[in-house]
Amino acid sequence: MKITRKDFLRLSGLSFLAGGAMEAARAIAGRSSAATESQSTPVAQSVRWGMVVDLRRCQKEKGCTACTDACDAAHNVPRLADPQHQVNWIWTQPYETVFPFIQNGYAEQSDAGIPVPLLCNHCASPPCVHVCPTQATWKRADGIVMMDWHRCIGCRYCMAACPYGSRSFNWVDPRPAIAHINPDFPTRSKGVVEKCNFCEERLANGLKPSCVDACPQKALVFGNLADPNSEPRQLLRQRFAVQREPELGTGPSVYYLV
Amino acid sequence: MFMFEKAIRGSRQYWIWLFCLLCVILAGLAFYLYQLNLGLGVTGMSRNVSWGMYIAQFTFFVGVAASAVMVVLPYYLHDYKAFGRVTVLGEFLAITAVVMCCLFIFVDLGQPARVFNIILYPTPWSLMFWDMISLSGYLLLNAMITVVTLTAEREEVAPPRWIRPVIVLSIPWAVSIHTVTAFLYSGLPGRSSWLTAIMAPRFLAGAFCSGPALLILFCLILRRTTGFDVGQKAINALSVIVTYAMVINVFFILVEAFTVLYSRIPADVAHLQYLYLGLDGNYHLVPWMWLSVLLAAVALALLLVPSWRRNPVILPIACLAVFFSLWLDKGLGLIVGGFVPSPLDTVTTYTPTLPEWSIVLGIYAIGAVMITVFYKIALAVHGEIGEADVHVPAVPAGPADR
Repeated sequence: MKITRKDFLRLSGLSFLAGGAMEAARAIAGRSSAATESQSTPVAQSVRWGMVVDLRRCQKEKGCTACTDACDAAHNVPRLADPQHQVNWIWTQPYETVFPFIQNGYAEQSDAGIPVPLLCNHCASPPCVHVCPTQATWKRADGIVMMDWHRCIGCRYCMAACPYGSRSFNWVDPRPAIAHINPDFPTRSKGVVEKCNFCEERLANGLKPSCVDACPQKALVFGNLADPNSEPRQLLRQRFAVQREPELGTGPSVYYLV
Repeated sequence: MFMFEKAIRGSRQYWIWLFCLLCVILAGLAFYLYQLNLGLGVTGMSRNVSWGMYIAQFTFFVGVAASAVMVVLPYYLHDYKAFGRVTVLGEFLAITAVVMCCLFIFVDLGQPARVFNIILYPTPWSLMFWDMISLSGYLLLNAMITVVTLTAEREEVAPPRWIRPVIVLSIPWAVSIHTVTAFLYSGLPGRSSWLTAIMAPRFLAGAFCSGPALLILFCLILRRTTGFDVGQKAINALSVIVTYAMVINVFFILVEAFTVLYSRIPADVAHLQYLYLGLDGNYHLVPWMWLSVLLAAVALALLLVPSWRRNPVILPIACLAVFFSLWLDKGLGLIVGGFVPSPLDTVTTYTPTLPEWSIVLGIYAIGAVMITVFYKIALAVHGEIGEADVHVPAVPAGPADR
């Protein structure tokens, strides 16, 4: 049998594709089983980091930006001129846009415009993690939703999936917009998504998140939600607390005392 | 390789056309390099409207690609002989559209150099992964089918028998590409305007009218410029397909609107209000959305009367109306409208920038080159077995050369 050049090219193309497909199939089989193990929640979870935001305390300090400033400085978050390109880890939005379901038509006067600190909710079932095509964002066993800025391809599917607007994309190179670079924390490149990481780098050293430490009113209370005696759990027992959009079933780890 | 020798012989007109397209491609490439250098900040996208033209156009062209099934299915499953000449044109259109889709995704990536991370870290619970599988599979199937059937046609022999199961597989596969693309959006908890089970059916209906409408336009252009005629019977059958699909598409849109407007759930109403009435003093999409409605109405009126539908002057107008109505509805409003208002109730204006338009046009031009070359090959094969040499298929693409 004579093999022409055309046949040879066709055959090698097909075998290349077949090899690739097999490799992909093997990878899927291997990874999906590994992933289901890691994604399933352990029965008795010992640590689940969470935060309680006391809005009454937060309100006392008018115009305060201590949490944002501390976080931005610690994590090399850029301050960009264009608000559309802004990168936010912890920031504030008016009360009525954050909790539209609490509006009863009469209480607005007192609450309207109150700035509510927002950050990543570190959901129990994070939609961003479900959609990410490269597992560049994932949930740790302690509940922190992490982000690998070196694996992220910048497709922004996670931004579409996040119901809280907690994810920011680096539309431009962030580095020139960082006033003082903190050498202990990485800067990001353009074209990747980032968000609050609950200061996992500080937790690893036994510290609390920098926003919590920076708050002059101690309005941010951080701790282990899995521990019934932790500070946040005590607060949640005593006061009426809400989560953002709990009906979506994402299970936010950030609670607000209203 | 695959009869490309047929594409490198052409008249002056043919080369001028390709040269013009090349210029558009180069302009797009230059702006892409600019975007690559400065980041996606050079586009009109923002933290609230984080997907724009690129993803919207991707969505629209997945539909065009899927629509090939509307000629493949009658021809191969029902042995509908009238589609004998148009089927290969439909398959070539599908290949071109899929390649354009891949390019639209690629230019939207913030870190394009890492694109292979999707394969390196396969993530079966991400719909994006399945979209990659279904699109690349569809490309492969159609490439195989066209190569095999066209080669057989040139050799004047029957295509090998093993290709038939491949063709049959390509039919549900075509449905799958647009279904998976709809699932990309309809499975997200926080975007109420996308969170609808009718998204995939609506996508398919929209695809099955806009794709065949484009195919009719191409056939009419081929008839005029090259004398290659797919046959009036095929055109008429295609126009019936466009009519039914357009009726179903409009029906689905109205069904969707009813649920939203009658239930009056504020978060759902807000998206429609933004698109059709304007929200918080922001009206910039309103004229475009009403233009889409107007075009849909015109298209339906022209298509529903059989004698108008068969009229060689009215039919292309109706097809253009269908195409642009869907282009605005799916290639603009659907994606942008899903982001506004944002989860935090922010209304953000999205205006595509010059670099963004240029890159989109560049991809259109790549599509136009592909269609020109593919159709030239197809016509040359038909010419060899039919009458004498075939002239230049000067095929202008859709909106690229408005």
